[in-house]
Amino acid sequence: MNAQAETLSVTSTPTQNEESSDSLLQIRGLKKRFSLSGDFLDQLRFKGGKLVRHQEYVHAINGVNLDIKRGEALCVVGESGCGKSTVARTVMGLITPSEGEIHYGGERIDHLSSRQLLPYRKRMQMIFQNPYASLNPRMTIQQTLEEPLRLHHPDWNQAKILDKVGDVMRSVGIDPDWGKRFGHEFSGGQRQRIAIARALAVDPEFIVADEPISALDVSIQAQVLNLLMDAQRDRNLTYLFITHDLAVVEHFGTRVAVMYLGTVCEVATTATLFAKPRHPYTQALLSAIPRLKDDRPQHIRLTGEVPTPVNLPSGCVFHGRCPYVNDRCKREIPALQTQDDGTRVACHAVEEGRL
Amino acid sequence: MTTSTTTTTPSRWKRLRDSYLWYSFKRDRTAQLCLAVFICLVIAAFSAPMLAPTDPYDLRHIDIMSSELPPFWIDGADERYSLGTDAQGRDLWSIILYGTRVSLLIGFGAVMLQALLGVTFGLMAGYLGGRVDAFLMRLADIQLSFSTLMVAIVVGAVVKATMGSAFYSQYAVLMLILIIGLAEWPQYARTVRASVLAEKNKEYVDAARVMGLRSKRIMFRHVLPNTLSPIFVISTVQIANAIISEAALSFLGLGMPETHPSLGSLIKSGFDYIQSGSWWITLIPGAVLVVLVLSINLLGDWLRDVMNPRLYKG
Repeated sequence: MNAQAETLSVTSTPTQNEESSDSLLQIRGLKKRFSLSGDFLDQLRFKGGKLVRHQEYVHAINGVNLDIKRGEALCVVGESGCGKSTVARTVMGLITPSEGEIHYGGERIDHLSSRQLLPYRKRMQMIFQNPYASLNPRMTIQQTLEEPLRLHHPDWNQAKILDKVGDVMRSVGIDPDWGKRFGHEFSGGQRQRIAIARALAVDPEFIVADEPISALDVSIQAQVLNLLMDAQRDRNLTYLFITHDLAVVEHFGTRVAVMYLGTVCEVATTATLFAKPRHPYTQALLSAIPRLKDDRPQHIRLTGEVPTPVNLPSGCVFHGRCPYVNDRCKREIPALQTQDDGTRVACHAVEEGRL
Repeated sequence: MTTSTTTTTPSRWKRLRDSYLWYSFKRDRTAQLCLAVFICLVIAAFSAPMLAPTDPYDLRHIDIMSSELPPFWIDGADERYSLGTDAQGRDLWSIILYGTRVSLLIGFGAVMLQALLGVTFGLMAGYLGGRVDAFLMRLADIQLSFSTLMVAIVVGAVVKATMGSAFYSQYAVLMLILIIGLAEWPQYARTVRASVLAEKNKEYVDAARVMGLRSKRIMFRHVLPNTLSPIFVISTVQIANAIISEAALSFLGLGMPETHPSLGSLIKSGFDYIQSGSWWITLIPGAVLVVLVLSINLLGDWLRDVMNPRLYKG
C-alpha cells in the first residue's frame, strides 16, 4: 500500500497548465477514495497479537486532469466502473473529492459549502441516467419544474414562473397542459425530456449529463440526443457527457476523454480519436465496435480482467493487459502528454515512440 | 389513515377513488367491517356526553346502593342501567363510553408524539447519516432497552413523589401520552430511517441536491412524502399498541385513576369482583378493548398488504 501511495503521488503534481485560457471547467489531480472498512470499530483488527487499524479503499478516480472548453461537448467514455460517473458527480458537488481541485470559470468550487455553491447551481446543472428515478414520484411535473425557479429566482412572481415553466416545457416538446400529471404517467423518453427541462429551467451554461440516454429505448435515444444538441445550439451550452456508447460519442462529441480504472488515458477531438486512436486501450475499445461492413477482421483482444480498484496496479493501470508493456510501464505512472495534433495521451509506449 | 385522506379537495377524492387503495378496500370485506366497527367506536366514544345516560364523572349521579347491578339480560337488573353498574354504582354503559374516549385519546396522542419524534429523528438519522445517525440510533437502542412499563413506573413514581398524586391524577392523560410516546418513538425512527436510506440514493434526491435545495427541504419535501406508506402502516400497529400499553399500565394501577377510568382501569377495578359473580364489570370493558384493538390491527394488516411495495409498486 505504501509503495503504491508513493507512486500515485508522483502523478498528482500538475503536469499541464496550457489550454486553460478558454476552458470553462478545469479538473486538476482529482482523486476519490471510498472507504470499504465501515466505522472505526469495524476497522480494528488483530494482527500478530496487536490491535491495528485496518482501512481499505476503492480508488474510484486516481488523478484525473480534464479541461472543458466553453461551448463544446466533452464526452467521457470507458467501461462500467471506470469512474466516469464519479467524475461527473464530483464536478456537481454531489461527492466531495479526496484530493484535487475543480475550477469553474476560474473559481475553485470543490471546497465550497452548499450555500456558497448556490450561485454555481444556477450555472451548472445535471441530467441523470434513469428517468424513472430522477423525478420525484410524489410531485407533479409542474411542481418539479417550478421548484428550481422558486429557489433561484425568489423575486419572480407566480405569473413569471408559470411563463418560464411553459416555455421550458415547450422547448423540450412537452405540452404545458400536462403539468398537472405525475412522472409515472409519462413514458421513459418523455420523462427524460422533463428531466432535461428541469435542468434547463434555470438557464444554465454548463450541463453534466450522466449517461442520459442509456436507460432509454433505442428508438427514443435519437430524439433525446437531438433535443440535447438543439439545446446546445440554441443556448450555447457546454456539456460534460458521460456515456459508454461510442456511436453516440461520434455523433455528439466535440472531444472525447477515454477513461480506464479511474484515470484518463487519452483526450482527443472526436474525429482524431476515431481516425487515429493512440492509447492501446483506446485502440482496443474502438476495434470492438461492431461494424455493418466488417472489413477489419483484426479485433484487438485484451486478455485478463480489469484490475480491482481496491488494490491498484503499480505504474500504468493498463499494464497488465497492454500488448506493448515494458518494465517502465510497471513502475511509473504515465502522465497525459500533448502530441503534435493536440491529442493528449498517457502512455509510455506512445511517448517513447514504440507505438 | 384511510379516513383522513378521503377529505379535502375533490381532486384528491377523485385520486383516491382511482387508487389501488380504494380498489382493494372495495373488495376486502374484513377491512370494510373493521373500518365500520372502528368508526362506530370512535364516534360513540367522542359523542359520549350525548350518548351516555349519566355522567360517570359527576358524583351526584352515583349511588352506592345500586352497585354491582347485572346487565339487562340477567335477573335482578335495573332498567336504568342497561349494562349494569360497577362496584361504585356507576352506569357501566356510560363509563365504557367515557373510558373508550380516554383510551382512544391516549392512543392517538401517544402515537402522534411517537410519530413526531420518530419521523424527525428517523429522517435526520437516515438522510444526514454519519455521526448524527450513530448518535440517534444508539439513543433509540438505549430507549428500547427500557420497557414502556419501566419508564412508566419511574416517571410515575418521580412525578407522584415531587408533585403529589393529586397532580398526577389531574394530568394523567397527558402523563400517559408522554410516557407511551417517549417510550416507543424508536419503532418509528427505525422504520423511517430504513426507508429513508432506500430513498436517499435515488436520483431525484440527487437532482434536488444539484438544484441547490437545503437539506431540510429535501428531507421534508422530497424524501418524507415517499416514505409515507410504511409510516401509515406502522401508525395503525402503534395505535393498537399504545391502547394496549395504556390498558396494561392502568391495570397495574399506574395509569388512569379510578375517578376517570380508561378501559384498562375499568378492567382492573372489575377484576376484584370477578370471583364474587359480578363478572360484567371486567368482561364487558374487556370485550370492548379487544374489539377496538382487533379492528385497528386488522385494518393495519390490510393496509400493510396494500402498501407493501413488494406486492404493489406506487
